[in-house]
Amino acid sequence: MFAFIIRRTLQAVFVMLVISVIGFAIKQSVGDPVREITGISVSVAERDALRDKLGLNDSFPVQWLRFVKGALHGDLGNSFKYKKPAVQVILSKAPATLELVITTSLLVVLLSIPIGIYAAIHSKSWWARLAMGGSIIGVSIPVFLTAILLIYVFAVWLQWLPSFGRGELVEIFPGWKSGFFTWNGLAHLLLPTVSLTSIMLPLFIRLIRAEMTETLQTEYVKYARARGLRESRILYVHAFKNTLLPVITVGGVQLGTLIAFTILTETVFQWGGMGSMFIKAVEDADTSLMVAYLVFVGLIFVVVNTVVDVIYGYVNPMIRTGGGK
Amino acid sequence: MQKQEPLLSVRELSVAFKMRGGVLTAVDGVSFDLDRSQRLGLVGESGAGKSVTGFAILNLVSRPGYIAGGHVFFEGRDLATFSEEEMRNIRGNRISMIFQDPMMTLNPVLTIGQQMVETLKAHRHISKHEAEKIALNKLQKVAIPSPEKRLTQYPHEFSGGMRQRIVIAIALLTSPSLIIADEPTTALDVTIQADIMELLLNLCEEEKMALLLITHDLAVVSQVAERIAVMYAGRIAELGSTEAIVNAPQHPYTQGLLKALPQKVERRKRLNQIPGSMPSLQERPPGCAFYDRCELRGEICHRESPRLVEKNAGLVACHMVKDTTGKEEK
Amino acid sequence: MKLFKKITASNLFYNFLRDPMAIGSATVLLFLLVASFGAPLFTSHNPYDQTTIDIMDAELPPIWTGAADADSRFLLGTDPQGRDMLSTMLYGMRVSVLIGAGAVVLQSLIGIIIGLIAGYKGGRLEALLMRLADVQLSFSTYMVAIFISAVFQGIFGMGVYSDYALGLLILVIGFAEWPQYARTVRASVMAEKNKEYVEAARVIGLPQRRIMFRHILPNTMTPVLVISTVQMANAIMSEAALSFIGLGMPPSQPSLGSLIKSGFDYIASGSWWISLFPGIALVVLILSINLLGDWLRDYLNPKLYKD
Repeated sequence: MFAFIIRRTLQAVFVMLVISVIGFAIKQSVGDPVREITGISVSVAERDALRDKLGLNDSFPVQWLRFVKGALHGDLGNSFKYKKPAVQVILSKAPATLELVITTSLLVVLLSIPIGIYAAIHSKSWWARLAMGGSIIGVSIPVFLTAILLIYVFAVWLQWLPSFGRGELVEIFPGWKSGFFTWNGLAHLLLPTVSLTSIMLPLFIRLIRAEMTETLQTEYVKYARARGLRESRILYVHAFKNTLLPVITVGGVQLGTLIAFTILTETVFQWGGMGSMFIKAVEDADTSLMVAYLVFVGLIFVVVNTVVDVIYGYVNPMIRTGGGK
Repeated sequence: MQKQEPLLSVRELSVAFKMRGGVLTAVDGVSFDLDRSQRLGLVGESGAGKSVTGFAILNLVSRPGYIAGGHVFFEGRDLATFSEEEMRNIRGNRISMIFQDPMMTLNPVLTIGQQMVETLKAHRHISKHEAEKIALNKLQKVAIPSPEKRLTQYPHEFSGGMRQRIVIAIALLTSPSLIIADEPTTALDVTIQADIMELLLNLCEEEKMALLLITHDLAVVSQVAERIAVMYAGRIAELGSTEAIVNAPQHPYTQGLLKALPQKVERRKRLNQIPGSMPSLQERPPGCAFYDRCELRGEICHRESPRLVEKNAGLVACHMVKDTTGKEEK
Repeated sequence: MKLFKKITASNLFYNFLRDPMAIGSATVLLFLLVASFGAPLFTSHNPYDQTTIDIMDAELPPIWTGAADADSRFLLGTDPQGRDMLSTMLYGMRVSVLIGAGAVVLQSLIGIIIGLIAGYKGGRLEALLMRLADVQLSFSTYMVAIFISAVFQGIFGMGVYSDYALGLLILVIGFAEWPQYARTVRASVMAEKNKEYVEAARVIGLPQRRIMFRHILPNTMTPVLVISTVQMANAIMSEAALSFIGLGMPPSQPSLGSLIKSGFDYIASGSWWISLFPGIALVVLILSINLLGDWLRDYLNPKLYKD
């Protein structure tokens, strides 16, 4: 198990290095660091001098190493739009996105497991059919369309809920302004969360139902029945424990989808998070900020996926006890 | 003195499957008895309905299959009248089952100990500690070395043969009066098949358990069982004592099966085989199901399905077999 | 004719005819495809023809609303540029379907080849390729697509990007989603390669490439077919998402996604129809493909690659 964690950590470091190469390559090919510092009204000769001074004429690997070194110290360049270090900009926007991600994940986990299991066990019941029919419609509606529809109905037409921004925020600790603690903040959170949940929940319901259905047809579930175990134990211990394994893996992967969808949702609701910041950075060709977002989001994915792998390893005895394969 | 009531009595049991083109009758009016601590072999080729019969006894036929008719009497009581909870108390308690592939039957995410304890706890009000003590005892009975350590291990840490020993140990936990073993050695290496079979036989004798051994292997069954029922196309073709079936088979299908066994080494000689294959159960012909492959077939066989009746030393379902003993009596 | 008979006699077709959901979604899909690809024949306006567009017609509501400015020429109203909604939508759907289909072809080509090589050759190459696929997947295909298109736009500039948007989007989405195919194909190859017919082909000395492409590949096609429907829906959805955040088709050549976006800017002023109709078209299109995919998966029930 220990060796497994070490191996996964090394892999995570390797992936981060690859991301840094990609991020750096983007910076090289898209951005012009001289412009970021000087603006455009500087002579060619002055620029060349500056290029030399900044080490921009060094070879790719040398410059990349410098980039990685900077990144390790939390320096990913300056956003020329905000005139601030890119990392600072991202950190100020991250709480907004994370609050959205956390509330959505909670809702998805709390709802998808009981609904998915129910739909697998009572596959012929009307409730199960309704859940499955609803979830295929759910996965077919793009998240931004749900968001627009919600805005139109609840903000423009009924005028019950706010359609943009985060509302009243409370600084819970330095750098983290939260919308969780005011009614106004929660009201602002409602529509974006519902939009994100509307696409993630059906994905998980379908996944859990499919896995659970498959597990229920295995020999060991049949054998558990033949041993006279109680139905509740068969369903919630024998079947569900085996359903959990693939769901954990996919859950880690789906975090990527969730964060990608925050870009869309934040754009629609003008939510002041990393996602809408990224789209503005693309529009403004603010390369440093784009690359910083890539590295930051990459770090989140790698950390989460490594943690998920370790949890998976803990739940799956084949890995925990080092045997199997 | 009146004959003792059999432990298990299967009467006209039928199992059907709902299929696309209609209903497929996999088991069609099967009847047999099994006395206490007796061993019966249920033999037939794949698709003959022998496994389905085994599952049907425990009312464990999975969809789209269902029990279409008949009764199963166990210890004198009709299992068809049992509630689901009563049935659960029979399964794994009075009747244990051994599945074919030990690599698939044990749950991969639970330890051997957990799976043994839960089996006991499903039927007895005992503590985990007591349950573990029983489990250890049974693991010793099936010759698992260092059982204390083994209890905390997961199925993937055992070989196939070891796993099947564990499955047998689980079957023994509740001291059942009947074990249904569905091809218990088929998925194992040839080298350990004999060991497992012998273990099972010894344990049945020791613990006075009855055994319903479901297999396609006539050689195996003749070494273990006292009586043999040969199934063909969902019905019993012949039923009798092992000696009678092996030494004087009456049904042409049984004869064919025996001829197909390698008797002695003869180079360059092909093993005999029964020509043709079993008919599809979906379109059962009106006559004998074995008609197309039969060497003895007569005109009546095409029209009328033979019933299982007593002829000579056993029960046979064949029009063409003459009952010599019966004639003398008359 | 022979092929037709073969199809109608197959189990697949039999099952199809017995499933009203499958027939329904296939009919809807067919209708949408005919309407969008035949758009020049059915529509009164050509949204690409600048000369027929009058900006004075912008944002007219659908005719049945009875609003004073509703115009009988425009059944579903007009968009912010004064184009007929219905015609623009049908043309837009054609763009969406084209990009979706192109992307699926591209991703299946990349994915099948990589999956086949990884599954057949095994070893370090396989570990590397599959790890790459895993990492890319963990970033989610949407994220990768958004990033690549953002970088493309940065490199080429907004103007050039718009001009070649159709091709670039196929490239972006195709590249973002190949891992799905690679994993599926690899899993099937792993299952197939130890079977006896492959052994036999190897024993008689057939070249590796022939074994891979002529013997193994055809046997991996069932799962590929099944995921292709889902991938098609995903690709169309990706395109819509990219267009919605301004990284996709330009307003002059709108896809369904860019139409929804242009409508969203006017939603506060109550012009709901600009987003709603393309939105409905998009959902119906994706839903019908997904339903067909579900039916196909339930029927063929291949062992899809997991974990």
